[in-house]
Amino acid sequence: MLSIKGLSVAFRTRNGEVNAVKGIDFELAKGERLGIVGESGSGKSVTSYALMRILDAGGQIKAGDAIYSGIDLRNASERDMRDIRGREISMIFQNPRAALNPIRKVGHQIEDVLRRHSRATRHNAKAKAIEALEAVKIRDAAARYEAYPFELSGGMCQRVVIALALACDPKLIIADEPTTGLDITTQKAVMDLVDDLVRARGMSSILITHDLGLASQYCDRIVVMKDGLIVEAGDPVTLFTDPQHAYTRKLVNATPRRTGSIRALLPESERTELAPHVVGQKPLIDVVNLAKTYQGKSGPVHAVKKISFTIHEGESVGLVGESGCGKSTTSSMLVRLLDATSGSIFYRGEDIASLPAASFARHPLRSKIQMVFQDATDSLNPRFTARQAIADPLYRLMGMRGDTVIKRTEELAEMTGFPAHLLDRFPHQLSGGQKARVGIARALATEPDFLILDEPTAALDVSIQALVLNLLADLRVRLGISYLFVSHDLNVVRLLCDHVIVMQNGAIVESGPVATVMETPQHAYTRELLSAAPQAPEREIA
Amino acid sequence: MNKIVSSASDAASVQVATANGPVTPAKSKSGAFAHLIYVLRENPVTGIAFAMFGILIFAAIFGPMIVPYDPLATDASSVLQPPSFAHWFGTDNLGRDVFSRVVVATRLDLVISVAAVALSFVIGSFLGAVAGYRGGWTDITLNRVLDTIMAFPLFVLAMGVVAALGNSVANIIYATAIINIPFYARLVRAEVNIRRNAGFTLAAKLSGNSDARILAFHIFPNALPPMMVQVSLNLGWAILNAAGLSFIGLGVRPPTPEWGIMVAEGANFIVSGEWWLALFPGLSLMIAVLTFNLMGDGLRDIVDPRRRT
Repeated sequence: MLSIKGLSVAFRTRNGEVNAVKGIDFELAKGERLGIVGESGSGKSVTSYALMRILDAGGQIKAGDAIYSGIDLRNASERDMRDIRGREISMIFQNPRAALNPIRKVGHQIEDVLRRHSRATRHNAKAKAIEALEAVKIRDAAARYEAYPFELSGGMCQRVVIALALACDPKLIIADEPTTGLDITTQKAVMDLVDDLVRARGMSSILITHDLGLASQYCDRIVVMKDGLIVEAGDPVTLFTDPQHAYTRKLVNATPRRTGSIRALLPESERTELAPHVVGQKPLIDVVNLAKTYQGKSGPVHAVKKISFTIHEGESVGLVGESGCGKSTTSSMLVRLLDATSGSIFYRGEDIASLPAASFARHPLRSKIQMVFQDATDSLNPRFTARQAIADPLYRLMGMRGDTVIKRTEELAEMTGFPAHLLDRFPHQLSGGQKARVGIARALATEPDFLILDEPTAALDVSIQALVLNLLADLRVRLGISYLFVSHDLNVVRLLCDHVIVMQNGAIVESGPVATVMETPQHAYTRELLSAAPQAPEREIA
Repeated sequence: MNKIVSSASDAASVQVATANGPVTPAKSKSGAFAHLIYVLRENPVTGIAFAMFGILIFAAIFGPMIVPYDPLATDASSVLQPPSFAHWFGTDNLGRDVFSRVVVATRLDLVISVAAVALSFVIGSFLGAVAGYRGGWTDITLNRVLDTIMAFPLFVLAMGVVAALGNSVANIIYATAIINIPFYARLVRAEVNIRRNAGFTLAAKLSGNSDARILAFHIFPNALPPMMVQVSLNLGWAILNAAGLSFIGLGVRPPTPEWGIMVAEGANFIVSGEWWLALFPGLSLMIAVLTFNLMGDGLRDIVDPRRRT
């Protein structure tokens, strides 16, 4: 149905031409579910944009053919492409909120598509749009028809986007990282939905993702891309159990699973012995009845409801839950960026919850409690070089000046594996993994005892995630610090933590040693979280 | 869509990394200069604009020294001469050399516009930054005050200020500054507001920065690129405003050479065929405004580190 031969895409940039896709071939049969897996910069998204002919200005198909049911997509006129998009080939975009027009009701947006492709008239458009919403299992579709995108949750928005994409019964659907930014349970619901619809309607699908585990669960065949080339193709089980190419092996290794050590994420040659970290008996952080209540428009919102837990010296605790469960609010209160409504946070016996967050920057304990932020790009000032970013806390909190700062900055860079010759670069000149290292180096600059890791690897590729997680494991041994690892993914939390806390709706529903919670989850919600994580086909350890 | 841009530029930066090899701190200074050269070369219009700006600055500083005639000296024997080799732009009704007057006027006009823009930039940035960062009542109050200023026809407001305070160069500067403040304050407020809860702001708090430091050194510099565009457009506009005030008789008084007055005075002679009196000062006014408007994009690119790859 779709046949791609020698497809090459290039972009013109300031530094000359960049070849994003360098001659790839693949075919897609009717009803087949293909996965394109690769890390950022591999050219997987560009491939799909090229098929839809929606490349950015400066992007151009340089060579090769893309034939869809006898239509040459490369040379088709723009008018023909407009008919093909939506009716023949449809796309589900990465960020559902960005893909929807924020000022139009979602029902009207679906009507637009239906009427553009003459699937509905003015009279029956509304009924058909509601039908389309019902098809993606949106409850109370008639009411949702009137909703604006901002009134819907992320998962709901993605359902609307799917409804848009499927409204005109396309034969091929391309899903570009459809679940990025969604919770793990929502991810499962959305993927299951797409999969059901694709099968029920006999469509073909291309799933573009960085998550090999996800692709293996929802695809019949997977092609692995790296640097604009296809390095390996095959069915998921073979790919997982017997990866041929070194890069595929690296990806397979780096995909977090329910078992295996943190070192197993790295390629075999790089696995060193991990020294055990020591968990002390003395409590470092003791949280007692901590609560946060916001005044919402319709009464108080209890974001965090009187939670209590203890983190011992040297211990790593995982805080797991979906977005909106209160885990970010909890970490903001712990790091003293946010004032608690009630309750106490004892740091080595001293109650720091009573100190106002606004003046905590000058408190001597500021340097002892630090945080690594979720999005490394967002947490680095675009106008600060890596060196300035790491040195900032040294000037402000450690009172260092002159050569001491330079020495310490380079020491921190070395400790976090950040290449010293890149220190004078700005964040936009660094890769995701390098930015994450700068963020970690900055947090460690003040020699904290307690570090909050707010999904530090969420925005990273799996192979980089593997490196960063291992770096964190090594640093813990070397510096003897405690972590609070905030995440929505139990499979990742498991790797680094001794103890895990599961939160739902502002309350702790389960907590205990990692192994116990993973193996014998007590609460239904914990079980749901565990089952929602994509399961990679098991691999016989060679 | 963004995805492609970022992935393409990622790839580009990786290529540069391998090509350049290690970058030493010493190189980064010359890097800023190289970046300036790059911006000028990349966009020829920017290059031309900066060249014209250079000429304007030169005329402003050295104008009085290089002009062939005294701009105030009258000469009854040669009144209303059309442009000739001796008087490039002709002479006016009192026999003064128009070329000399146009060149000498550059300094006054530039001083008025640059001072007015600098004043409104500083005050507007401060107000906008505080309002955007603190939000709440500060923000609401400031916005209403700005709305009030903007509700006046701006030129009429400037006229009112000059008429009330008195007819002097300083007062023209204040009047022009006041009517420009809302534009800067609004812009900075928006730019600061979207960054006040950004990750790097929180990180700066954790690094022990006070709110004032965060605002001044972490957030505000990020608002500079759009501000530069505003500044350049505003400079041109401020010159027009000052000339406009002089044109209607408020502001700089004759016989001081100033483009606005010269156009105003020259306008009386257009009917009788002496077109050069109004044309040349008007033309310099136009060129100055055009220069500033063209400089905007270049200035923005220079202050934006993201443009460096």
